[in-house]
Amino acid sequence: MAGILVYALHDDEGNFNKNSLGALSEAAKLAGELGTEAAAVIVGDISDEGAQGLGNYGVTKVYRAKNVTEGLAQPIVDVMAKVITENDISYALFGGGLLGFEIGAGLTARLGAGVTMEVTKVKVDGGKLISERPILQDSQIADVGYVSEPGIIIGRLNAFDIKETGGSAEIVDLDVELSEWSTKAQMITRGEQRGADIDIEAADVLIGGGRGLGSAEGFDGAEALAGAFDNSAVAATRAVVDAGWWPYAGQIGQTGKTVAPKLYLAVGVSGAIQHKVGMQNSENIVAINKDPNAPIFEFSDLGIVGDLNKIMPKLTEALKARKG
Amino acid sequence: MKICVLVKEVPDAAVQKRIDTGSMRLDRSGENNLNPFDTHAIEAAMQLKEGGDLQVDEVVAVTMGPGSAQRALQKAVALGADRSVHLSDDALLGSDVCATGLALAKVLESESPDVVLLGQQSDDGECYTIGAVVADHLKMPSLTQVVKMDVEDGKLRCERQAEYGYDTVSLALPAVISVGDAINEPRYPSLKAIMGAKKKPLDTKSAGDVGIDPGQVGEAGSQTTVISLNPPPPKQAGEIIEDEDTNETVEKIVAWLDERKLI
Ligand SMILES: Cc1cc2nc3c(=O)[nH]c(=O)nc-3n(C[C@H](O)[C@H](O)[C@H](O)COP(=O)(O)OP(=O)(O)OC[C@H]3O[C@@H](n4cnc5c(N)ncnc54)[C@H](O)[C@@H]3O)c2cc1C
Repeated sequence: MAGILVYALHDDEGNFNKNSLGALSEAAKLAGELGTEAAAVIVGDISDEGAQGLGNYGVTKVYRAKNVTEGLAQPIVDVMAKVITENDISYALFGGGLLGFEIGAGLTARLGAGVTMEVTKVKVDGGKLISERPILQDSQIADVGYVSEPGIIIGRLNAFDIKETGGSAEIVDLDVELSEWSTKAQMITRGEQRGADIDIEAADVLIGGGRGLGSAEGFDGAEALAGAFDNSAVAATRAVVDAGWWPYAGQIGQTGKTVAPKLYLAVGVSGAIQHKVGMQNSENIVAINKDPNAPIFEFSDLGIVGDLNKIMPKLTEALKARKG
Repeated sequence: MKICVLVKEVPDAAVQKRIDTGSMRLDRSGENNLNPFDTHAIEAAMQLKEGGDLQVDEVVAVTMGPGSAQRALQKAVALGADRSVHLSDDALLGSDVCATGLALAKVLESESPDVVLLGQQSDDGECYTIGAVVADHLKMPSLTQVVKMDVEDGKLRCERQAEYGYDTVSLALPAVISVGDAINEPRYPSLKAIMGAKKKPLDTKSAGDVGIDPGQVGEAGSQTTVISLNPPPPKQAGEIIEDEDTNETVEKIVAWLDERKLI
């Protein structure tokens, strides 16, 4: 089989990641065009039912390494390298996220393979895959081909749509001997939620707070602004969540949530790609930023170049006055 | 113990970056600077050295790049590195991620580090993968996007955010760690350190010096090829308001929101 292999990430309860499921659907579609098959690789204790269920996204086989724990990249590199080499796999595909980047990179080294990351689209041309990879803050799109097999394709967050086709996959259980260095990193705790459990997915209006708010106290202003709208909440960038200014549950982006509110109003957010991928489908995007060259202005519907410390309080006041 | 910090010279943030359409490579002719994300890796190395939980004898800044990349090394040394290593060879020109990772692993191998540190990403390449590529070549455990790192029983206890929240991972040494920009606040170099940077040892090495097979790097060793460059789909430019009179600005924002029935 010269097929496409997809890593399907899951949480500790065995729920598969949406971006992985999107990658499975994409791989199945591409495999169809290439006249080959798509397969998934999973690690950890996933039931037969759970594994077979991946067939619903179009893969025909699921390679399962039960003895390997989920969540750290290097043991999974061992598993995937084995499957790829033994089955003559032509491409490995990853949905957007962090672990896929690490595993894809490891495979690049292990197999001497070409890799592309942040891929937004994959095309078939002359029996081969070509990746569309935006570069330089998305100002150019490079079409990138692979010189040798396998080619490693790491998708951008939300690049691939989930398509349920029905069907069940055949399970192939693997016994993989891990590389010595793969066992030298140990997970102590996984997926810890930090801070309050806030809901940003149900809100019509999101105030997105970034490092420009200056401190945790700066978020009081963002909350006041949110209070001037109905059904609103305050979201944040990774920079401020890592700094402990706002709870992780409110984070948007690559390792946070994906949202599409009616209004996304960004205050002190630069608009890095990893943030943009989680909010670019918002219906209306408004940004307040003092740097006229901030990338967020490239994808805002309304951009205000100015100091948020001056603008935000007055805007809050004006909106509150209107609301009465 | 020895810590190696991988650093990179990138076009200055204020410079409009562009691709040279002939070579399909980034035009690096303008003003260049040390990749800002790398300053966090140097700071992390300094904190490990000064923290005293590990006996760190030296911090070595390592780069691969053209002659001008020495300026990035000098900045790294001004920020505290003891010396630097510059891998420079025409054979490396045009290396993709696969070839770059191999070349960097080879030059690191010649230093036998106990810890390798990197920044979360390069400002120009926007890929966050080099750490993991290098780690597999060096046969070392690795973790990326680390925002907290402590020494515990001779191991590194690291925290980082992945898909489902924060993970805490313990890594035995030697290890390769990419640090996120929230891990620390890099110090400013003192005037004395800036002045002294040029006097600290800088080794320039060729591909051959560190045992790199020229067929495995540069264009020859790259496993990806840029077929074409295209503009992104056109997008309606947004409206921009420069805040001069804040009351007026606020009025305009309110009107804009009102028009779209958002309030
Ligand atoms: C693998 C990986 C995964 C990542 N995942 C995520 C993710 O899930 N979510 C995410 O958000 N990021 C993520 N990031 C980080 C991302 O690259 C950026 O570093 C981050 O989004 C920046 O956050 P920020 O906009 O708050 O900070 P900055 O980039 O520092 O921007 C602050 C902005 O505030 C403006 N500002 C400052 N003061 C004022 C003022 N007084 N008035 C107005 N404006 C002001 C500045 O001009 C600046 O543009 C990830 C990075 C990597 C490498």
